[in-house]
Amino acid sequence: MALASRHLLGLNGVPKEDIQLILDTARTFREVLERPIKKVPTLQGKTIVNLFYENSTRTRISFELAQKRLSADTINFSTSTSSTKKGETFKDTVRNIEAMKVDMIVVRHQSAGVPHYLTRISNANIINAGDGLHEHPTQGLLDMYSINEKLGRLEGLNVCIVGDVAHSRVALSNIFGLKTMGANVSVCGPATMIPIGIEKLGVKVFHRIDDAIKNNDVLNVLRIQLERDAGRRIPSLREYHQFFGITTDRIKNHNPDILILHPGPINRGVEISSEAADGPYQIILDQVTNGVAVRMAVLYLLGTMH
Amino acid sequence: MKIILKQIKIIDPSSSLNEVNDILIEDGVIKKIGSINEDEFKSSKIFEMDGKIVTPGFFDMHVHLREPGREDEETIETGSNAAAVGGFTGIACMPNTNPAIDSAEVVRFIKEKSSNHLVDVFPIGAATLNRKGESISPILELYEAGVVGFSDDGNVIKSAGILRNVLEYSKITKAPVIEHCEDESLADGAMNESFTSTLLGLPGIPTVAEDLIVARDIMMAEYVDGKVHIAHISSKKSVELVRQAKKNGIKVTAEVTPHHFTLTDENLKTFDTNYKMNPPLRSREDVEAIIEGLKDGTIDCIASDHAPHSIEEKEMEFIFAPNGIIGLETQIGLAISELVKKKHLTIEQLIEKFAINPRKILNLEIPKIKVGEKANLTILDPEIIWTVDVSKFKSKSKNSPFDKKLLTGKAIAVINKNKMFYEDKFFTI
Repeated sequence: MALASRHLLGLNGVPKEDIQLILDTARTFREVLERPIKKVPTLQGKTIVNLFYENSTRTRISFELAQKRLSADTINFSTSTSSTKKGETFKDTVRNIEAMKVDMIVVRHQSAGVPHYLTRISNANIINAGDGLHEHPTQGLLDMYSINEKLGRLEGLNVCIVGDVAHSRVALSNIFGLKTMGANVSVCGPATMIPIGIEKLGVKVFHRIDDAIKNNDVLNVLRIQLERDAGRRIPSLREYHQFFGITTDRIKNHNPDILILHPGPINRGVEISSEAADGPYQIILDQVTNGVAVRMAVLYLLGTMH
Repeated sequence: MKIILKQIKIIDPSSSLNEVNDILIEDGVIKKIGSINEDEFKSSKIFEMDGKIVTPGFFDMHVHLREPGREDEETIETGSNAAAVGGFTGIACMPNTNPAIDSAEVVRFIKEKSSNHLVDVFPIGAATLNRKGESISPILELYEAGVVGFSDDGNVIKSAGILRNVLEYSKITKAPVIEHCEDESLADGAMNESFTSTLLGLPGIPTVAEDLIVARDIMMAEYVDGKVHIAHISSKKSVELVRQAKKNGIKVTAEVTPHHFTLTDENLKTFDTNYKMNPPLRSREDVEAIIEGLKDGTIDCIASDHAPHSIEEKEMEFIFAPNGIIGLETQIGLAISELVKKKHLTIEQLIEKFAINPRKILNLEIPKIKVGEKANLTILDPEIIWTVDVSKFKSKSKNSPFDKKLLTGKAIAVINKNKMFYEDKFFTI
């Protein structure tokens, strides 16, 4: 079995069997992660560059760890876009890195479309680790893996993505992936955070968090960008928490069977209360562990393609 | 020198000409139309023009020449060359240069630099000093130096109060205020706001950002009794606003670019920055409304918004890439392919949109194909099928999304100021 594409740019258009293959492969690596020796020689001799143009601790560490577990050689290139805007162009940076003979590039960038652009200027396999407000496919995959691990299926589940859907790459990858796997997807948030035309993707829209909790099996709670949004797209963090925040009381009152995911990092007391974030309904740290396994699966499947 | 355009189809809407005939041009003046005798044939350079069309010279009222300031992207000369290749005998150049065209000195610099070229270059003056929207520019001084319109293009005239004063002054000059219609508080995006922007994860610019300013400007034009020209109209609602305003007798005109009647926001799916422009490419519905607007005369003219950018600046991460594409050398081909061949416009209507209306808007003399008139002509081959090749462009910049596109129809020659451009050469006639 092999994937249809030699890149992972997003989950839009990725066929069901490919997602299934990645999730199945991730299960194997998840077992590896429980062994005393957590390393396999699968990608020995492969060179992978983590090209991070935007601050990211957990995604970069997760990818790096996945690469090391697979015995690949890893190089990290982290920079802020503001510094490169003045100096070397993105294309020259990539050409330089490419000249060092790399096999795969994992890229995070604040502009949508950078991974797609990379496929035109590089021969490496490209993995999107988050591009602007567009996609974050490995996050979508690890969310699906975690839901499936906990609930035993994806098909027919009702999953709601809560928060700033309009400014989230996690949301789109979740929507595309979950819809492909047969889940029913909805979104919940203030109208200023719901992107235009989202219902055309077959996605239901909630504006009341209690309704979202009542009508779903899973909530995927997105991070609110504190510095960017307060006063502009939401009146205040306090009001947001009051009307959209996930609390233990809300869960208990409306749906104690619900499963809570959060891609991290958490703003305690904003999109989720501390109690709920540490409580029995959530699998936030399982997501982190599964993230390594899912990324190992993606790296393995792309890195061993012929 | 005498030249003869032999067996050419002459179409001039302003003199109701539509016939196949010979034209004799001597020292840049039309000497004869038809019945050319043997002596004249012998002493003239003959151009066989079977199947070609001659029209009054085409005019592009929205061009960015980049000089002074960014001569690495375009100069007055290279931009004028691109205009000639593209079939234009006249262009108006926008004031977002560095320094901006907000002083008589810069106007004179441009006029001087372009004086010997076949292509007439008319500067548009900045509406406000340095296009900042704060204080109005020396409008009368600029007008006397030769500007034909006023605009902060690239920016909207931010405050209604300043717009009002610019419009009041334009009543003295009769030169239009040309508006880049965009409410900046809504326009912090990289493409049209739509389902497609949601899918692509790119920040959107909604059509209402344009519509609000079009509405504001129409109301202000009515109130002040001034003359507003809407640059690069792109939305269905804006077309409707202009249509209604014209019905109500308000002095408003509008132009559209070839890319806004050819492409849609779906073209951005490859994240190619050559599809990034402002206003952004809109939806199919907007494109259809624009074509309707061209058909019923709501949209007066076609202009390229020729916006040269260097390769290193344009070939960048999508959200950082600058807006705009070059268009001088592709727009006649696009207009013939998309509008005439698809039967939206007749060739006569196209000529009005390219040759007559832009000059009317800018109060410029309209060239006529008539004995005794100076030859200011564009010669079209409406049937030629050709492939766009940006590497052959005369423009210094190459930022076009139409590279490798197959088009039908193009200009093959232009004549103006006693000069001709034909078969890739300029020569005196």
